[in-house]
Amino acid sequence: MIEIKDIYKSFSGNDVLKGISGKFEEGVTNLIIGGSGSGKTTLLKCMVGLHQPDSGSVLYDGRDFTPMTYEQRIEVRKEIGMLFQGSALFDSMTVEENIMFPLNMFTDQSRKEKLERVDFCLERVNLAGKNKLFPAELSGGMKKRVGIARAISMNPKYLFCDEPNSGLDPKTSIVIDELIQEITEEYKTTTIVVTHDMNSVMGIGDYILFLHEGKKFWEGSNKEIAHTDIKELNDFVFASRFMKAAKDKF
Amino acid sequence: MNFTNFGRYILLLKSVFRRPEKLKIYLKEIAKQMDYVGVGSLGLIAIISTFIGAVMTLQIAFQLVSDFIPKTIIGSVNRDSSILELSPTISAIVLAGKIGSAISSEIGSMRVTEQIDALEIMGINAPGYLILPKIISGITMVPMLVIISMFLSITGGYIGGSISGAVTPAEYIQGITTDFNPYTIVVALVKAFVFGFIITSVPAYEGFYVRGGALEVSQASTRAVVISCISILVCDYLVTQLLL
Repeated sequence: MIEIKDIYKSFSGNDVLKGISGKFEEGVTNLIIGGSGSGKTTLLKCMVGLHQPDSGSVLYDGRDFTPMTYEQRIEVRKEIGMLFQGSALFDSMTVEENIMFPLNMFTDQSRKEKLERVDFCLERVNLAGKNKLFPAELSGGMKKRVGIARAISMNPKYLFCDEPNSGLDPKTSIVIDELIQEITEEYKTTTIVVTHDMNSVMGIGDYILFLHEGKKFWEGSNKEIAHTDIKELNDFVFASRFMKAAKDKF
Repeated sequence: MNFTNFGRYILLLKSVFRRPEKLKIYLKEIAKQMDYVGVGSLGLIAIISTFIGAVMTLQIAFQLVSDFIPKTIIGSVNRDSSILELSPTISAIVLAGKIGSAISSEIGSMRVTEQIDALEIMGINAPGYLILPKIISGITMVPMLVIISMFLSITGGYIGGSISGAVTPAEYIQGITTDFNPYTIVVALVKAFVFGFIITSVPAYEGFYVRGGALEVSQASTRAVVISCISILVCDYLVTQLLL
């Protein structure tokens, strides 16, 4: 479980996060949603330590991450897997080398064991046999799946996904969403997905935290989201005509 | 580079020299970088050094038109100029353009495509993994390239002098073997070591802190080359002042 307590963050006097708190349970897909500039990516970066919050704490199963030393953070980070918005695959490495990279760095497994792990991860994301391709040879959806394969290669306890559906067609988006949900349930990871994709919200949002102008406006599940009377949330979720029409059927 | 940037540069270097996570992977990366910096630059350095040596001979011969000055002096001047200044400095400036821009672009692109963030999330010391192998390759391979450059520059002078008739081969060889001071080689290697550090660490710094996209990466690359060249010239003066 990951718990955030009263997170504040500002850049050059501009307050981006204004006291965000929340609890993200393991084995369920937790979503952080909000419009552009609402602070969701900043919150995610504060949680993984890419940004240092001005105040507040991030607890990984009770371990406070924010005051940790560099060495202590390394130990927590070994338990984290992350899928980036642009996949962030290493261009100079093949798919196999990308997935094997954390294994090479942090395990003493034999090459055979590592290759088996790579094959397992690739099979898990339905990309078996693509080991020798370079990132430039992959489609957007395939890159995301390789990103997931790399993120799960070390059996992470915590999985973070930053806009996993951005730039993908609706069908591929659903594939990625389902994959994230399956992995979460299968490996009991604490999964946090930052998104503004409404299909994801309705499809996999077991727990949703809605941010607006750097503040937490609402939290709940995808089943509850249609029945709120918070204007900011309704404006965000039911912005399109299609979603407005769909709301009436809920 | 203002004081804020200099401070961040020093802090980055502190991170670079943290203990590597896995030595074997770092050694593999160092070998890859040595191949790129050393072997990959050999052709360029060879061509530049040979022609500079040849041109130097012709220009020295052109300026020393006096019956009181023996022609053997052409070889001596060419030798000392090549060893002390031309080979280390010109090689370093050329390498700053070739290697420096490549390092800055590579690391900058990794920054804007979140590859550096990915390394950090994995628990890897990104400055160490990305920059340390480049610095080690710079401080080892640049001195080697400079040694080759010295040899080729002096050889270029011999070829240029012989073809043009500005100096006879015998006079040139007598010139380069007379009053040779081996300490000049030490000074040149100290310079090469310092320049090797500059042309890898400064562009790495510029690339590592890029914010934005393709435009900012290209601007960082240009800045890296300019700052490296200025730093090389300043350090050239300082090392010469200190050691000679």
